Amino acid sequence: MSNIQSPESIVQRQDYLDQLESEAIYIMREVAGQFERPALLFSGGKDSITLVRLAQKAFAPGKIPFPLVHIDTGHNFPEATQYRDWLANEVGAKLIVRQVEDTIKAKGLKEQTGKNATRNWLQTFTLLDTIEEFEFDACIGGARRDEEKARAKERIFSFRDEFGQWDPKRQRPELWNLFNGKISKGENVRCFPISNWTELDVWSYIEREKIPLPSIYFSHQREMILRDGNLLANADFIFKDENDVIVTKTVRFRTVGDMTCTAAVESDADTIEKVVNEIKATRISERGETRIDDQQTEAAMEDRKKGGYF
Amino acid sequence: MDILRFITAGSVDDGKSTLIGRLLYDTKSILADQMEAVERASKTRGDGEIDLALLTDGLRSEREQGITIDVAYKYFQTPNRKFISIDAPGHIQYTRNMVTGASNADLAIILIDARQGVVEQTRRHSLIASLLGIPHIVVAVNKMDLVGYSEDAFLQIAQEYKKLADKLGIKDLKIIPVSALAGDNIVDKSEAMPWYTGETMLHFLENVNVLNDLNLTDARMAVQYVLRPQTEELHDYRGYAGRIQSGVFKKGDSITVLPSEQTSKIAKIEVYGEEVEEATAPQSVTILLETDVDISRGDLISGAGNQPILSQDVEATICWMDDRKELKVGNKYTLQHGTSLVRCSVKGIEYRIDVNNYEHLEDIESLKLNDIAKVTLRTAKPLAYDSYLKNRANGAAILIDETSHVTVGACMVEA
Repeated sequence: MSNIQSPESIVQRQDYLDQLESEAIYIMREVAGQFERPALLFSGGKDSITLVRLAQKAFAPGKIPFPLVHIDTGHNFPEATQYRDWLANEVGAKLIVRQVEDTIKAKGLKEQTGKNATRNWLQTFTLLDTIEEFEFDACIGGARRDEEKARAKERIFSFRDEFGQWDPKRQRPELWNLFNGKISKGENVRCFPISNWTELDVWSYIEREKIPLPSIYFSHQREMILRDGNLLANADFIFKDENDVIVTKTVRFRTVGDMTCTAAVESDADTIEKVVNEIKATRISERGETRIDDQQTEAAMEDRKKGGYF
Repeated sequence: MDILRFITAGSVDDGKSTLIGRLLYDTKSILADQMEAVERASKTRGDGEIDLALLTDGLRSEREQGITIDVAYKYFQTPNRKFISIDAPGHIQYTRNMVTGASNADLAIILIDARQGVVEQTRRHSLIASLLGIPHIVVAVNKMDLVGYSEDAFLQIAQEYKKLADKLGIKDLKIIPVSALAGDNIVDKSEAMPWYTGETMLHFLENVNVLNDLNLTDARMAVQYVLRPQTEELHDYRGYAGRIQSGVFKKGDSITVLPSEQTSKIAKIEVYGEEVEEATAPQSVTILLETDVDISRGDLISGAGNQPILSQDVEATICWMDDRKELKVGNKYTLQHGTSLVRCSVKGIEYRIDVNNYEHLEDIESLKLNDIAKVTLRTAKPLAYDSYLKNRANGAAILIDETSHVTVGACMVEA
């Protein structure tokens, strides 16, 4: 049996991306095995796109055994929504879309107005309603611990009470790879398979796996609003005043959230290789560079998560 | 490139967060805006110095109180390795958190304040590291700048620690004199300590061999999920999805399914839909068998001939983690081991371990938060387990409260 290699050499052949992939797939399968009605929260961003690839692999040759759920703020990049529809069709997954606009109307929610108004916080209402509507007991999300300091403290299986709230001080201890998914009716668990991945890991994995991405992740010309040093994509629904300057720039987006709160970086990187090289060289963090919503207070994310956010 | 997961253990004032901050800073893993945020926060608090500990303290109450409450994860990499640093508070009331952090660590850094030497908490941290079976221990004798970088001071502490390590049976031990605050021997060799000719902290972390820590002898895989696509072309497909916990599986291998003790042979191993000849821990795979066997989630596939223990009576070292209820003899819990959930009851508490002097205390009636003890459990169904110290993956279990569903105990099973 000379064609069989020693176990040590196989282990050695598994590099860190293989190890991360194997761990994430293990977590995906735990979700499918432990819960009755899981869902994958899909945003159209690179992290949730990576999750979809991992889910495909976890259940191959079968199909992904849970739906993709998108909470649509109505402020998404059109490229991201088009990609979402294409991907769901491509992988043969069920797609559920719920509109924040509908929640605003049905519940009479008050929207932020004026400059830097965002529906970011309002997404939570639609998300919690959607969880209730479909009785999801587990929601898989693409959050990573390197993203933000509150996320660095969150469990891989993160318990939410019947109000969808995260209590950072009463988290369940999480030992070895034994994930405790026991809950009572009405409660749910948010599951984060790529908790241990960094931004660079995600990009490197996308490069290795040749995963197609929405075009906004690559360099393109776009009409932008220059505001407080940030470049925002121009759209009708974004409130502008006399201090805002409209410029045409060659940009790409490092993260993809709402158009109202996602800033672009000026870049000529038009291939995945070039993007990975730029990420390796950058001296500014992902959220610091591109997320206006997180620049507001030191504990912005912690507060949103306590309220039931992703 | 591979991954090293390490935990740092130290108390509030040992400079643990500063050490991690230093590793991040000196490997240029802190980005400009994160550094600015730390500078801003340091200024707000008004102590002048930039406080690298603020890089790891994530929650509002932690920053307010200047302490680490929960387990925090930080990531950095060098060309050789990706590092996952697990930062857990070291105070006695947080033993639970250190146990949690230690459960996934390949290596532990134990901090000792050079002015104080081996103290109670050093003993506690070392005991936890050894109970949790962490293969490599690095002792960072920190704050060397405050003892004048004295070689004598270092040697004295090193000698004392070695005695302790012998007692605990710690195999791979490294002791390094450092100053996390000044950066001595963390990433760069210290000019202030020419008498130390050994490796720096980062050099050691980059080169320690973790490949040999994997158990490649005992073939075990807990079944997570049964894949049955039931499509036209995959009509008879039945794949058992799981992550190999230990050992190697090859096509054609004879296997035994536990607890049912049915036997079969491996027809095919697939990694995400593609066939491979063999696979090893910690790969996630799908195994297809030659014969129809009744297998579901919770079952364990083991190599035939080298099987785990199958028993309803389990002896385990337990760390009790519930701050609301005590563990008492006769109590019932759900035990999660691998992918199986089984009811169990506590038959007895053999002894409690004094975490500071390692004495065994007998006649114990109940266990409180952070207590570590030897207990005997009786499970409702036979459990297929290995001894934790021989096979971490198949010797670990958690106890779950039957009504609150909270994880209340960490068990290291003995054979």
